[in-house]
Amino acid sequence: MTKTRIIAVLILIASLGLGFFVYSTEANPDSNYPLKYGLDLSGGAHLVYEADVSEIDSSQIDPAMSSLRDIIEQRVNALGVSEPLVQVEETSITGTTRHRLIVELPGVQDVAEAKRQIGEAPLLEFRLQTGSANDPTNQVFDSSTTSTSSPAANYEATEPRLTGRFVESAQVQFGSGQGVSNEPVVLLKFDDEGGQIFANITQEHTGEVLGVFLDGELISNPVIQTAITGGTAQISGNFSTDEALALRDQLNLGALPVPIDIVSEQTVGASLGQAVKEQGIEAGIIGLIIVSIFLLLWYRLPGLVAVGALAIYILLMLAIFKLIPVTLTAAGIAGFILSIGMAVDANVLIFERIKEELSNPNASMQEVVKEGFSRAWPSIRDANISSLITAVILFYIGTTLTQGFAVTFGLGVLVSMLTAITISRTFLLAVGGKERTKLKHTLFAPGLRSGKEFNEHTE
Amino acid sequence: MNVIKYKNIFLTIGGLILVAAIALVSIFGLSFGIDFTGGSILEVSFSGERPSITATEAALNRSGIEGTSVRPTGEDGYIIRSPFLEEGRRTQVLEELGSLNSAATSSSATSTESVATTSATTSQGVTTIGSVTEERFASIGPTVGSELTRSAIYGIIAVILGIILFVSFAFRKVSEPISSWMYGSVAIVALIHDILVPTAVFAVLGVTIGAQVDLLFVTALLAILGFSVNDTIVVFDRIRENLHESYERADGESFADTVGKSVTQTYARSINTSLTTLIVLLCLYLIGGQSTELFSLTLLVGVIVGTYSSIFIASPLLVQIRQWQKEG
Repeated sequence: MTKTRIIAVLILIASLGLGFFVYSTEANPDSNYPLKYGLDLSGGAHLVYEADVSEIDSSQIDPAMSSLRDIIEQRVNALGVSEPLVQVEETSITGTTRHRLIVELPGVQDVAEAKRQIGEAPLLEFRLQTGSANDPTNQVFDSSTTSTSSPAANYEATEPRLTGRFVESAQVQFGSGQGVSNEPVVLLKFDDEGGQIFANITQEHTGEVLGVFLDGELISNPVIQTAITGGTAQISGNFSTDEALALRDQLNLGALPVPIDIVSEQTVGASLGQAVKEQGIEAGIIGLIIVSIFLLLWYRLPGLVAVGALAIYILLMLAIFKLIPVTLTAAGIAGFILSIGMAVDANVLIFERIKEELSNPNASMQEVVKEGFSRAWPSIRDANISSLITAVILFYIGTTLTQGFAVTFGLGVLVSMLTAITISRTFLLAVGGKERTKLKHTLFAPGLRSGKEFNEHTE
Repeated sequence: MNVIKYKNIFLTIGGLILVAAIALVSIFGLSFGIDFTGGSILEVSFSGERPSITATEAALNRSGIEGTSVRPTGEDGYIIRSPFLEEGRRTQVLEELGSLNSAATSSSATSTESVATTSATTSQGVTTIGSVTEERFASIGPTVGSELTRSAIYGIIAVILGIILFVSFAFRKVSEPISSWMYGSVAIVALIHDILVPTAVFAVLGVTIGAQVDLLFVTALLAILGFSVNDTIVVFDRIRENLHESYERADGESFADTVGKSVTQTYARSINTSLTTLIVLLCLYLIGGQSTELFSLTLLVGVIVGTYSSIFIASPLLVQIRQWQKEG
């Protein structure tokens, strides 16, 4: 008995500590454990790109995707948004595997500009010209009509493909171009693998035309004069100085190894997100207050215990959100609020059982509480397992949106079950005491009853 | 109140509700949102007076976009649904909308003011062009849409299967007088009832206020599945316990009486738990803001029918099945 009361006091002290942790980390803006809010609440853009990997050997897809991610990450970092996220995702739900890139830009200032910088980066590729260089169709493209013709048809990809993925660095030089003296050229340095591929191609195809394509457009059409084994290449494409410098920067930031296309986008303005967040929090707090009043009125002393357990439950959840950390979205907050309603359930089950056990006149108060618990346990267990099954399935099958809900809901179910069977139990045993008195009957009997039944039971 | 005594009435009511729900869904149909069909949603707000819907639609037509729907949101905004918008188109739409209101105001105000408002400014993640501010933009390509449809269907089927397996497992030791599989199957009947009713409500809302089935709706349905089976399981647990006790007493208590007793013993808890959940959901519905409004409404309906079905459908159905078995 004394032991239970000591434990109860310790739990109270620990929850005060927990409360202090949650409060202080939230009050301090520089804290390492702030609550993290999703883009729908904090404002920002969520972009999903699909990578076209149809022309890549299947063994090369994973390295290509990870280098794509690195490159996009560099570009995103250059945008200067705080805590951006770039991740690769694979979906194979429709049978064919799709490779996607998810880009999250919290609080981004100008989404259109950001998208331009991310997506409109060059896809650099070297392609061999097929057929004769004097092919009549080749005449179509000369100085002015380059963009309207489709010269790409006369070129074929090298084997293996030589793309900007293999470019290690790029720089601009003046005056080394053939013919025109001061034309700027872009000098590429390949990495080891790229250098090897380039050497092979130039060896095998000396005398042929190796077209340089940027985003599917031919920018330069040099003839391979001799095998180049040094791992460097030079692109001269009638560049203006600015164009050459821009191309150099883009290549240095990394040309994309695979073409990407935007397939889904969500942008939320910061003010709308802020409103949703505040309304969600307000709804949670008001709901909590009404539930507490209901519990106190209906369940009296056990109701007070339930309110205490509920408060500790919420502090625990907030601390977990901060420590893991869990990113809270609108759906996530809804899941959390729903779990508050359900957290009460275990307590309600226990109290109803205790009420029934009170009708046994020979049991001591401690026995009444313990019996109430053990009888309620199978229901609590089974009910919570079924909720957990739902949460787990939602998490694995769902999308970002349903996952946000599944995480807070699942955690809520788990944590509420634990607080009910440990914290509520300790508190009830601690306040229950040993003796059965009329007052305790009044305090423990739920609903609109008085201590009248006590007399009936004990007489 | 003896639920079992009047089980025929309750089962008939339950059956009628089911038929009515199916009828509503098939008559009105469900309107699927861009999560499933692909397309774009643009939420804008106007500073100053909001232009009329027809003016807005005309502006959208001018920017060459067809198949749009314009619905008012809040006091000064619209939600515009359209086929998949590319980046260029979106800017075009915003410019067209921005000029709309400044043109309208310039007739009453001096023309210098309207000139000043046409430049685009961006701050805090929102784009403002003229008098229009883009609050939210979502765009989903058709392939993503069809994938989401699949995962939603898989999700619901997986949850139902998971629950029927779990219930059958949890009640595996209860084989008399009806097998544990029956408990699982009855739970599923109740679950189907519980998700059909909110779906029917949504079908009606689709016609009246243009509610669209989106991922949040599916999430709500799945949450209802979890909540409702929770309720049913608590009643079944009590039946299991009472069956066991009655077997030990060997008093020959009929199955119908045991079920009736179990329902009476648990309905206070069922109602109280639903009540607390309803309280928080009602708060979420009333003050939680527009983005979760329909979500919490779906859950509200689901929790109410979930509580109803575990008391008035699941338990009477168990007794009815027992009766059929005896007769058969």
